[in-house]
Amino acid sequence: MDKFTTHTGVAAPLRRSNVDTDQIIPAVYLKRVTRTGFEDGLFAAWRGDPSFVLNQEAYRDATVLIAGPDFGTGSSREHAVWALQNYGFKVVISSRFGDIFRGNSGKAGLLAAQVDEKLVQRLWTYVEDNPGASVTVDLESRTVKAGEGVDAIEDSFTIDDYTRWRLLEGLDDIAITLSHGDDIDAYESRRPAFKPATL
Amino acid sequence: MGKTLAEKIWDDHVVRTAAGEPDLLFIDLHLIHEVTSPQAFDGLRLSGRPVRRPDLTLATEDHNIPTTDLDKPIADPVSRTQVETLRRNAEEFGVRLHPMGDIDQGIVHVVGPQLGLTQPGMTIVCGDSHTSTHGAFGSIAFGIGTSEVEHVLATQSLSQARPKMMAVEVDGALPEGSTAKDLILALITQETTGGGQGYIVEYRGEAIRALSMEERMTICNMSIEWGAKAGLIAPDETTYDYIQGRPHAPQGAAWDEAVAYWSSLTTDDDAEFDKVVRIDASQVTPFVTWGTNPGQGVPLSATVPHPSDFEDENERAAAENALTYMGLEAGTPMRDIAVDTVFVGSCTNGRISDLRRAAELIKGHKVADGTRMLVVPGSVRVRLQAQEEGLDVVFKEAGAEWRGAGCSMCLGMNPDQLTPGERSASTSNRNFEGRQGKGGRTHLVSPDVAVATAVLGHLASPADLQPVPANA
Repeated sequence: MDKFTTHTGVAAPLRRSNVDTDQIIPAVYLKRVTRTGFEDGLFAAWRGDPSFVLNQEAYRDATVLIAGPDFGTGSSREHAVWALQNYGFKVVISSRFGDIFRGNSGKAGLLAAQVDEKLVQRLWTYVEDNPGASVTVDLESRTVKAGEGVDAIEDSFTIDDYTRWRLLEGLDDIAITLSHGDDIDAYESRRPAFKPATL
Repeated sequence: MGKTLAEKIWDDHVVRTAAGEPDLLFIDLHLIHEVTSPQAFDGLRLSGRPVRRPDLTLATEDHNIPTTDLDKPIADPVSRTQVETLRRNAEEFGVRLHPMGDIDQGIVHVVGPQLGLTQPGMTIVCGDSHTSTHGAFGSIAFGIGTSEVEHVLATQSLSQARPKMMAVEVDGALPEGSTAKDLILALITQETTGGGQGYIVEYRGEAIRALSMEERMTICNMSIEWGAKAGLIAPDETTYDYIQGRPHAPQGAAWDEAVAYWSSLTTDDDAEFDKVVRIDASQVTPFVTWGTNPGQGVPLSATVPHPSDFEDENERAAAENALTYMGLEAGTPMRDIAVDTVFVGSCTNGRISDLRRAAELIKGHKVADGTRMLVVPGSVRVRLQAQEEGLDVVFKEAGAEWRGAGCSMCLGMNPDQLTPGERSASTSNRNFEGRQGKGGRTHLVSPDVAVATAVLGHLASPADLQPVPANA
């Protein structure tokens, strides 16, 4: 996984709440056996609508998505994270994320930045008033910044310490766990024999 | 201070704990299916890692599986590739697989309990959010993403921050004519789709104790629909009776040892939950959804709500979007909503007791003209059991389609899909936009409401059906 420190990019406003992972990528697009190529399924039901935010010239190359509350609820499909990444997104900002989506983002290297709902509203207004404007998301200082001068926006976002550390270092989760192989061995040796086995 | 049921199970699975890090939990059972595993196996191959515990891993094919033409290869080449990829991976890594055509094939959350692999006090994960189903046995069970699937394959463990604990106190008893599905749909509407976020929830109380194992699975299945990490129910005699004698149930002395441990799996009287919510089961009536998330529900006897009924701005906007998508007008009685397709099945309501109930209700009736009804058993064994009891004949005589086992129209990954604008009453778990097919409109219902709806052609409950003459 690549290290993530800070990112500045065009931000797209997605003025919807409860964008579940079926909306992010419908099931019919989940049939690939790779981690790439899912961008064609991203928001598939909405992409046909010319007025959809990602179909507007100013937001077409967005890398930061600003979404309403409860983004990424529902299905556990990590394909939702891959679809966003394959399209080019590096960061999703929302006031509340589905648990599994947030976990998947942290594993795959997409930054899920949780902010106060009022900040989402301010950012929406800012990027709609300034189509194509950039937003900076700094993982080191856990801040979101946009605009300049008196109207500049700067506020903090929430991410758990452990995920932040892993993203900053670009660490492979499995390698970290395998370094604790002795602990797993020890646990296995004291596990009750009545527990079921499949083989 | 005492511990909650979930805290006991959690603590019994901690492999490693360190300040500032999530706990490393041992995973007792890892269930796998074709959609969320290929990239995980690829990751193992790339890094030269084996599956650490194939003996704690079980794979089945369910999401893509067609429910017709079962003797032919899968027609969709992309679906076929995904299924064939799972077969190759299972063989290469030594994982037990129940493929199409095998008697133990079926929806992963139906197969685990059926085999007796799902037992109290376990940690169970699967790359599928409805893994919460297994919590019905008093286990911590939750859905994970593909990166985590790879992590569990490689290490049989998972790093997890300890969630908060919530109790759902279900007071009173469910009235005659109300089901476990109505109860959980009513709870999700009460608590909203984000209400359980960050919590493991324990369903407790008289009404829960009175439920059968399969009804408890319906409740726990939908824990994720209100955002909970997992949902569970303390094991009791109902649980033990369900497990005993199944292929993977402990035998002899091991059974006694297991039951002794399972009996300790209750929340201590002096344990404290971070949050307690209550619902009065005695007030629950047949409940259906009108919108595009499982928290947008009303009693069947109610009308489609008006967006202005919602104080929260986001909820109001969501209601407006949902009404447009669903093609509904505020104020319409739910019973006036005509339905094109009725789907009985899924990991929520595709078990033998669901099919028995549906068959009992539809016997002597006919599916309404202009409405189709699909009955999709949750597993091959459920299908065979139903056929042994003649349920398939009852469904077919009523004009319903009797299908093969799989996830089917719950998510429309196989050919069982709604067409744009087509409206369904579905015993599944999600009414998201396009969930059952692009442009499809889904109302979540219980098997009871599904059957009555199929017969009358509009949303209805069994109380609306004319009695069948005794000689029919």
